[in-house]
Amino acid sequence: MDLEHTPQDEDFRSQVRAWLAAHVPAVPLPSLETEEGFAAHREWEREMYADRWSVVSWPEEYGGRGASPVRRLIFEEEYHAASAPGRVGQNGISLLAPTLFAHGTEEQLARLLPPMASGETVWAQAWSEPESGSDLASLRSTAVRTGGGWLLHGHKTWSSRAAFADRAFGLFRGGPAADRPHHGLTYLMFDLRAPGVTVRPIGRLDGRPAFAEIFLDGVFVPDRDVIGEPGQGWRIAMSTAADERGTTLRAPGRFLAAADRLAALWRAAADPRDSAVRDRVADAVIAARAYQLFTYAQVSRPAAAGPDRPGTGHGGDGAAAASLGKVFWSELDIRLHETALDLLGPAGELADAAGEVPDHGRWAEGWTFALAGTLYAGTNEIQRDIIAERLLGLPKERRR
Amino acid sequence: MKFVLEAEQAEFGRVLGRMLAAADTPGAVRAWAAGDSEPGRRVWRRLAEAGVFALAVPEEYQGVGLRPVELAVAYEELGWHAVPGPVVECAASAVLLARLGDAARGQDSGTGPVPRPEAGSGPGARWLPRIATAEAIVSYADRARGPYALDADTADVTFVRDGDTLWTSTASGPVQPSLDPARRLARPHTDGAGAAAAAAAAAREAVTAGAYVASGPAVVRAAAHAADTAAFLTAAQALGAGRRLLAETVTYVKRRTQFGVPIGSFQAVRHRLADVLLALEFARPLVYGAAVALAGDEAGAGREIAAAKVAAGEAAYGAARAALQLHGAIGYTQELDLSLWLLKARALRTAWGTPSECRARVLGTPAAL
Repeated sequence: MDLEHTPQDEDFRSQVRAWLAAHVPAVPLPSLETEEGFAAHREWEREMYADRWSVVSWPEEYGGRGASPVRRLIFEEEYHAASAPGRVGQNGISLLAPTLFAHGTEEQLARLLPPMASGETVWAQAWSEPESGSDLASLRSTAVRTGGGWLLHGHKTWSSRAAFADRAFGLFRGGPAADRPHHGLTYLMFDLRAPGVTVRPIGRLDGRPAFAEIFLDGVFVPDRDVIGEPGQGWRIAMSTAADERGTTLRAPGRFLAAADRLAALWRAAADPRDSAVRDRVADAVIAARAYQLFTYAQVSRPAAAGPDRPGTGHGGDGAAAASLGKVFWSELDIRLHETALDLLGPAGELADAAGEVPDHGRWAEGWTFALAGTLYAGTNEIQRDIIAERLLGLPKERRR
Repeated sequence: MKFVLEAEQAEFGRVLGRMLAAADTPGAVRAWAAGDSEPGRRVWRRLAEAGVFALAVPEEYQGVGLRPVELAVAYEELGWHAVPGPVVECAASAVLLARLGDAARGQDSGTGPVPRPEAGSGPGARWLPRIATAEAIVSYADRARGPYALDADTADVTFVRDGDTLWTSTASGPVQPSLDPARRLARPHTDGAGAAAAAAAAAREAVTAGAYVASGPAVVRAAAHAADTAAFLTAAQALGAGRRLLAETVTYVKRRTQFGVPIGSFQAVRHRLADVLLALEFARPLVYGAAVALAGDEAGAGREIAAAKVAAGEAAYGAARAALQLHGAIGYTQELDLSLWLLKARALRTAWGTPSECRARVLGTPAAL
């Protein structure tokens, strides 16, 4: 058991740090949830891709560096420590790409991955429907067989970045056993600008419009844009869901960097004798370190082994371990930002990026972003149910 | 970077766990609380045979050298099985004596302690081999943390750090009632009156005549290291105790039915236990991170240990609160063994570093003492 990186891994860290030092914009980009910011972030993705930093863990043939899980964590530690821009491509890179690597064809990988890595194609996730959130298997949008492909009908919602994105991926009722909740779903990709698609932006809590609902009225999807076998969508989607909750989306580096900034804010702004605030800051620092070490433990163990002697001896469930991480980071994220806003006092209320507020109002923006964390990627209530059943072995609740 | 137990380390924990499961530790705890230390001593001897106490003793004193990761594995098991006695204090003493032993042999930079005149080879040689074999049950008190020593009435010797001086004591005042009856707290005697009492106790155990061991800056430095070790091992023990509380509660809520279904199927119960598991699963890497830091003798080990102590202490205490709530009134009795862990979790939370002290240390600020 050790926590020392190899000299080669430390060399990798130095390369990442040097590149970021030379390229990270001195002034933060506008919010990627606005049209202007979206374009600026797309350009940032292109710049990263040009030097093969946008998808470090992917194979080289698709624009990556074949970096190990440890190197990906190192990359993310440096990325967040450098306050580099948010990743507009993350839905594709973190959610769709792992699914394609597991279930896609060679043709799909070659066609879809490079433009995803360069920001040329930005993807949105189209899973939720107005009546179908936590009970995802109840979704009603359909895919009907037609010559050489499928016709999509229905209504998707809460689709992050769909207002400005190019393409989307989601589940549709169709294929063999279409009438059975978990067995009749097909995983499909579609163009957000195709005939029959209407995208309606929804103002989020922070007023920004990148979030949207999607109406589908006879949208044609060719067979080559089906992921895996028709009717196997549920199984495929569940592997994506574990990625979404797991470390692909929420790297420990993000929380470590935020905890460092919070501690610096506390040193600069707080009365050190105020032990109530001090304890909250310390708890956030401790939790960020815990999440980092938890993640190191996850990447250290053989892929199939699952958690290391979890609390009660029910082991071997890596997807359920991702649920532990999801609840932990989402609640940590809110606590980090709440504490920072309390430390900032009235100045914390100013959310603009005009430079009048410490850190360009990023704590306020971060707080509204963090509030969504306990809702998306499966609500924390659903995650606690998964933990209770799959890690603690508790009986299912009797549902009516 | 491989932050996961080696196969031998995991196996060591399993072997230790099986041995302790067969040793009726709840019975030993109850006897210990009642003043009968013999069943507890038997457990200690078996732990020594398994090599537990040698993990804090240098090789030249018949130990295996300081092995923090193995210590974490072992103390997690001690917490799971609620082993009675000054297990933390014993290992902390070993660490302290090992440091002083080096100093006494002149490896320190001239500011070392004054060894006892008649001690040809220093306190390390006198005590460390006996700690490794559990021939002696040893306790340790740091007066900066308060006047009491854990199990001073039972220990063969208690080391007492007072400022820059280290004393031994073989006698103590009356045992003060503790909220955890198995933790017997008493004031060790190190002064003149104590020496007379020590003489009386010498009939039982002729361990030492004098009370003075060493003094000087080396004592202060060694005591700081001993306190870090004690906080680290308390965290590991709390983690084990917390895991046991959760496991007992999970078993109970699957069996106990109300309204015709197991209470473990109710969401309020499921979610509370999920939160207990979350706290424990994120305390564990901090405990092992502290072990790695301690093994490397990193400058930042103190912060890592403080973080682990807060997280494990809070997680275990949270597990205790949930365990009591979900067991209902049966949990609020001494009849059920659950009480052994409930009370221990409360005591470990503040032993060797309160949550507030540890949080201050994480941020690199002195605690407001």
